[in-house]
Amino acid sequence: MLTFQCPYCGVQACETELAAGGEAHLKRFGPGSSDEDFEGYLFLRPNVKGVHFERWRHAMGCGKWFLAARCTATLEVFGTYPAQTTEPPPEIIAAIKARRPDWSLS
Amino acid sequence: MSEGRVSALGGAQSQGLVNIRDIGLQGMVSLRADLAQAAKAVEQVTGVAMPAMRAITSGKACSVAWMSPDEVLILCDHAQADGMVTALSKALAGQHHLAVNVSDARALFGLSGPEGALRDVLSKITPADLTTLAPGEMRRTRLQQVAAAIWFETEAEARVICFRSVARYVFDLLAMSAHTSGAVGHH
Ligand SMILES: [Zn+2]
Repeated sequence: MLTFQCPYCGVQACETELAAGGEAHLKRFGPGSSDEDFEGYLFLRPNVKGVHFERWRHAMGCGKWFLAARCTATLEVFGTYPAQTTEPPPEIIAAIKARRPDWSLS
Repeated sequence: MSEGRVSALGGAQSQGLVNIRDIGLQGMVSLRADLAQAAKAVEQVTGVAMPAMRAITSGKACSVAWMSPDEVLILCDHAQADGMVTALSKALAGQHHLAVNVSDARALFGLSGPEGALRDVLSKITPADLTTLAPGEMRRTRLQQVAAAIWFETEAEARVICFRSVARYVFDLLAMSAHTSGAVGHH
């Protein structure tokens, strides 16, 4: 069971109240970009085992999109933060490093 | 203008570990706006102060429930809902907002019975933590397959709002969870 605290309404929402939205912080390649960049934006994901940044929507709740950092192997949640964030905030990075000293944001 | 209108299940009732009833016609107005900016207008129209996050506050004629950072649900007399929309739109003129009478798009059920049984009956069909849900807090969640909002009016009376299109599903689900052979005694 994966539980995230929604940063918008404060609810401890289990994954069955949420809709998964895939990887967070993607750089969008749109019209005018190369085929390779567009393909990468649409399809190519690292599929990491470990620390992962994701988009989730509080679908059965306040309805808002938010971002989360968690471990894909252990389901440990490092933190959640608003969707209007273009890169992982310092407190989230610190929370991850406290638990995963060898990890770094690549 | 409620002539000819009926609630989703026409006042259906079910007896069990708790009693469940279709509350009947209930005015519901959804307001989306910058809640901080709209607080004055909401208080002026409803007589109720803007609720804090996840709170539901009640006045003489209305209750106002916090639904999301930019949405409140106003519960009022069914016949007053259209007037409430007009009054809100007038009070919020010039401010970006959306006020809609959603009364007939929703269903409202009342659950009454012993507190422990109420919390057990709901716990069986929602992942929400019923142990900590206190009167005055609105919890949006799911009841099995569909979205719902639940809150306690008192320790002995809970309320459930769902979309009208799934009213029968939710009523039957609540009734099944409240079946006398299904007591779990957790709360
Ligand atoms: Zn939320």
